[in-house]
Amino acid sequence: MFETLDVQYWTYILVGLTFALYIGIAIWSRASSTKEFYVAGGGVSPWANGMATAADWMSAASFIGMAGIISFSGYDGAVYLMGWTGGYVLLALLLAPYLRKFGKFTVADFIGDRYYSNTARIVAVFCALLVSFTYVAGQMRGVGIVFSRFLEVDINTGVIIGMLIVLFYAVLGGMKGITYTQVAQYCVLIFAFMVPAIFISIQMTGNPVPQLGFGSELIDQPGTFLLDKLDGLSTDLGFHKYTEGSKSLIDVFAITLALMVGTAGLPHVIVRFFTVKRVKDARKSAGIALLLIAVLYTTAPAVAVFARTNLIETVSNQPYTTVPNWFKKWESTGLITFQDKNNDGLIQYNANEIENELVVDRDIMVLANPEIAELPNWVIALVAAGGLAAALSTAAGLLLVISSSVSHDLIKNVYYPNISEKLELIIARISAIGAVCVAGYFGINPPDFVAAVVALAFGLAAASFFPAIVLGIFYKRMNKEGAVTGMLVGIVLMLFYIMKFKFGLIGGVIPDKSQWWFGISPEGFGAVAMCVNFIVSIVVMKFTKAPPLDVQEIVENIRIPLGASKPSNH
Amino acid sequence: MTSQEKAKAYWKKNIQYVLILLLVWFFVSYGAGIIFKDFLNSFKIGGFKLGFWFAQQGSIYVFVILIFVYILLMNRLDKKYGFDE
Repeated sequence: MFETLDVQYWTYILVGLTFALYIGIAIWSRASSTKEFYVAGGGVSPWANGMATAADWMSAASFIGMAGIISFSGYDGAVYLMGWTGGYVLLALLLAPYLRKFGKFTVADFIGDRYYSNTARIVAVFCALLVSFTYVAGQMRGVGIVFSRFLEVDINTGVIIGMLIVLFYAVLGGMKGITYTQVAQYCVLIFAFMVPAIFISIQMTGNPVPQLGFGSELIDQPGTFLLDKLDGLSTDLGFHKYTEGSKSLIDVFAITLALMVGTAGLPHVIVRFFTVKRVKDARKSAGIALLLIAVLYTTAPAVAVFARTNLIETVSNQPYTTVPNWFKKWESTGLITFQDKNNDGLIQYNANEIENELVVDRDIMVLANPEIAELPNWVIALVAAGGLAAALSTAAGLLLVISSSVSHDLIKNVYYPNISEKLELIIARISAIGAVCVAGYFGINPPDFVAAVVALAFGLAAASFFPAIVLGIFYKRMNKEGAVTGMLVGIVLMLFYIMKFKFGLIGGVIPDKSQWWFGISPEGFGAVAMCVNFIVSIVVMKFTKAPPLDVQEIVENIRIPLGASKPSNH
Repeated sequence: MTSQEKAKAYWKKNIQYVLILLLVWFFVSYGAGIIFKDFLNSFKIGGFKLGFWFAQQGSIYVFVILIFVYILLMNRLDKKYGFDE
């Protein structure tokens, strides 16, 4: 029976079961106070927080997109692998323990209090909103793609179903509901990612560990290493060698740095560390989070190699009439296109744009991989459930940042400080509903610049939050004049560079690569903007007066872990 | 030691740990994975060219280890200075 059940039934069963689980958890973990709504009451265990952080972090981009990108870019894909994991080292060593000791609800809380200024707070809120909205649009899109391909419903219906689920547990449970659903979602997504990877690794190399498998010899060609074979296939078709990249060294360096620093500065990741009890729990959960993330991130490059090799072998120079079923199905979604330019009935796939007849959207590599490798139907369905778990968990974390930015940072801390807790909680829920609707709108009408804005999100986080927070902790003399000027200059510079080199808004055309400053792409420019922020902050600080004594005391206090679990006044 | 001296000494040691760990962080990723990649690619472990392996595997393993080393060092330091909770 297991063999004969259709992929679509399996998908209904697995997606239905996981959704029921998320709803069950939401009902069990309702939030009754603002502290529960914003930081899950501050008593989450390090393991639960580590799992939640991992699910929060690993989005549709990590689950669905990343292996596909690596698959098409080979060595250059390392910028994402190192960038999106190395940031956790910065987070654990430079930010998480101190922000936990500071112990409030949001990143803007820290920036506003540490720099004794509502201007600084509002700048921080603006960045948090921009970064989070950018991100959430991508997640909803991911939900739509999975639904339309696997359940054969309309993309828009898919987005709306996803919205309703997130709405249910984010609005009801706030951070508390989100945390425990994320724990469940981590389990679903990691299982869904690993099962096909292990299957395919055994199939191709006989090694059940994908991390080792992609460096092993092929089972059907003993003596030939998989990577050497892929290098050969790639150069035969005119692509660069898989294990060598095409980006310049300085650009790889800058993109990796921008992504690392951006990761450490992302508000939805930082707030997760406010939810644990003690400073040492914050450190521990950062370690656990990275360990759990590394499971997927070390498997993704293996999946990329398996998928790429399989794709080339299955379709290159094969007659179009005999292509497998999955090819036709993805063709109907428009994510694979084939145009028989020379009318020979064969699929020519190569690096030459004029001769090439096949375009494969890189986003489908992970989703199509189990089908390409002819794995059982339940594995294919499992990947759909995993993709949804990844997209929903990240969307929920982002929605919380958006809602707390509005209800806590703006309404409570800037405009109406005397608001009652009960009212604040109601406003928080209303903002969450508003945020879900906006996210859904972007999911249904995706701006075609989603990919470009993601670069902007990391760049902005790197150019604004990271320097301001690090200086706030490690440099007692840093004052509001320095930090605010630094953040503003960083953001403006980043926006300018993206507008000029990514959208072509300045001067009317997108300038050629040769015009890039220092040869650095817009994706990597966050690294430069961050350095500029640091320099401007320090120079301005030197010419302005030191922060007040009580602020200097805050800094001394957050450097000592003792006393974090004491209840504080919010 | 007064509590202020204690806090100062604790902070100094903390900075030392962080700097050393970040040095390793930099060398495995930006060093082995990017700057010296081509040189390291002339060595192989199994089917992996070494530079490629550092960029797509090795650096991530080292990142995980670094955080756990930091946790261990800081927990010890907290105890030594009585800042443990």
